Amino acid sequence: MAHIAGVYEHPLRNIPDKTVPQIHAEVALGALADAGLTMADVDAYYSAGDAPGFGALSMIDYLGLDVHHVDDTETGGSSYLVHVRHAAQAIAAGHVDVALITLAGKPRTGGTGPGASARFSDAPEAPFENMFGMGIISGYAMAAQRHMHEFGTTSADLAEIKVAASTHAQHNPDAFLQDVVTVDQVLESRLISDPLHLLDACVVTDGGGALVVVSEAVAKTLDRHTIPVLGGGEAIKGTRAGRVDLTHTAAVVSGPKAFAEARVTPADIDYASIYDSFTITVLVTLEDLGFCEKGGGGAFVRDGALQAPFGRLPFNTDGGGLCNNHPANRGGMTKVIEAVRQLRGEAHPAVQVPDCELALAHGTGGSMATRLGSATLILGREA
Amino acid sequence: MTDATTSDTAAGDPGPLPTSEPWVTPETQRYWDGTADGRIELPCCAACDLVIWYPRAICPDCHTTDLEWRTMSGRGTVYSFTITRAGVGGKWRPHLPLLVAYVQLEEGPIVLTNLVDVDPTTVAIDMPVTAVFHDTGHGNAILRFTAAA
Ligand SMILES: [Zn+2]
Repeated sequence: MAHIAGVYEHPLRNIPDKTVPQIHAEVALGALADAGLTMADVDAYYSAGDAPGFGALSMIDYLGLDVHHVDDTETGGSSYLVHVRHAAQAIAAGHVDVALITLAGKPRTGGTGPGASARFSDAPEAPFENMFGMGIISGYAMAAQRHMHEFGTTSADLAEIKVAASTHAQHNPDAFLQDVVTVDQVLESRLISDPLHLLDACVVTDGGGALVVVSEAVAKTLDRHTIPVLGGGEAIKGTRAGRVDLTHTAAVVSGPKAFAEARVTPADIDYASIYDSFTITVLVTLEDLGFCEKGGGGAFVRDGALQAPFGRLPFNTDGGGLCNNHPANRGGMTKVIEAVRQLRGEAHPAVQVPDCELALAHGTGGSMATRLGSATLILGREA
Repeated sequence: MTDATTSDTAAGDPGPLPTSEPWVTPETQRYWDGTADGRIELPCCAACDLVIWYPRAICPDCHTTDLEWRTMSGRGTVYSFTITRAGVGGKWRPHLPLLVAYVQLEEGPIVLTNLVDVDPTTVAIDMPVTAVFHDTGHGNAILRFTAAA
């Protein structure tokens, strides 16, 4: 079984004086040091659309890696969870011993730079979707509007998700936003795209992160507390020839796959990292993963259910993308990192879930309004 | 919330919404030609009858390339919508607040669009709408919708 042996989240949120490849290098070194390994140990490299230039080809050359396995899978912000699953599969097949996954970007101070943005102009859907001024938030706002229409979800329900994230972020000295907010403060913040407010949206931060996934044989040689990857699932959902459905994500497929592989159920999960580009993303994902029934997300998140350490389902204890960090506009990497911290018992004491033995990390990439990639991981604690 | 639409209009009419020249390919030529004449023409699967949005050369359900073009009625209902007030820049900025919507055509497909010439405070899911075509100046038009008469 594959283990996550090293994680690293870049501590900065504004990085004007470093390049994107440089940040990739810093987080790679950080995660390898956390594992007790070096660049020379890496035999597989994983990157996504945030990797500059020719993606993995450019980064492998820049970093000076000598690898015999490469994966440049791009499913937006969920890519890094997909990479963990692919690395686990390659390790299980005996092809890989030490896989390195990196993310870096500078949307805050450095512009977008080359990379994923170049992939969109020749998309077959582009002439039919790019003519209407739909920003990222507009799409999620339409998802929220539809969820409210079908299930009676309210803006106050969505605000509860931001409140829980902010309650956690106050304990994270690196978090971009560290102030606790109330439901009323969320509702009083400016409407960006009805019904979503400014405080329903994630932060925009420079930064990055990296993961090191290793074989059981390598894990045994390390001093560090390694985290077994018990199960995983990935799925893609699109507009399906015009049968748009804004109230589900592909987590309805990736979640059950991951739970089945790990032989556990949602009720067994002690801690969950849930992708939080917007509050609505969390609400729909909780339903899709089976933590509550479809349409029951609003009721589920009330009364502090998501707040660590004692809520029914403590989530995003680093403050998540809503408050802490959303490096390169991609939140999947930090979801895995905080789940590993919880399982190692290394989350901030104020938000550490007692006896955290089973964690879920979930990523949502692309847009809920059009096409997205969902990826779910179930992580355990070494005996 | 104050009605930002009213204040924006009072500040000066920004004119028609942007109508970029679309990227027309042999695969989508017939759709775009239809828009020039105020028609929505879409490929439909000869095998499974699926009305295919966005237009393409293969049925994504049964994967046949045996398609036939049909003309839609131009009537539909709002599936979802948002009043976008920020977060888009460039040529769209003067048009904020902007109504972005998904409209379900009578024939089934749900298409991304704008709602125009409608008071944002009156828009609701399931509201009946009808197609309008905004000339791009390049022999085709952008499909948008307005409240049904
Ligand atoms: Zn067909």
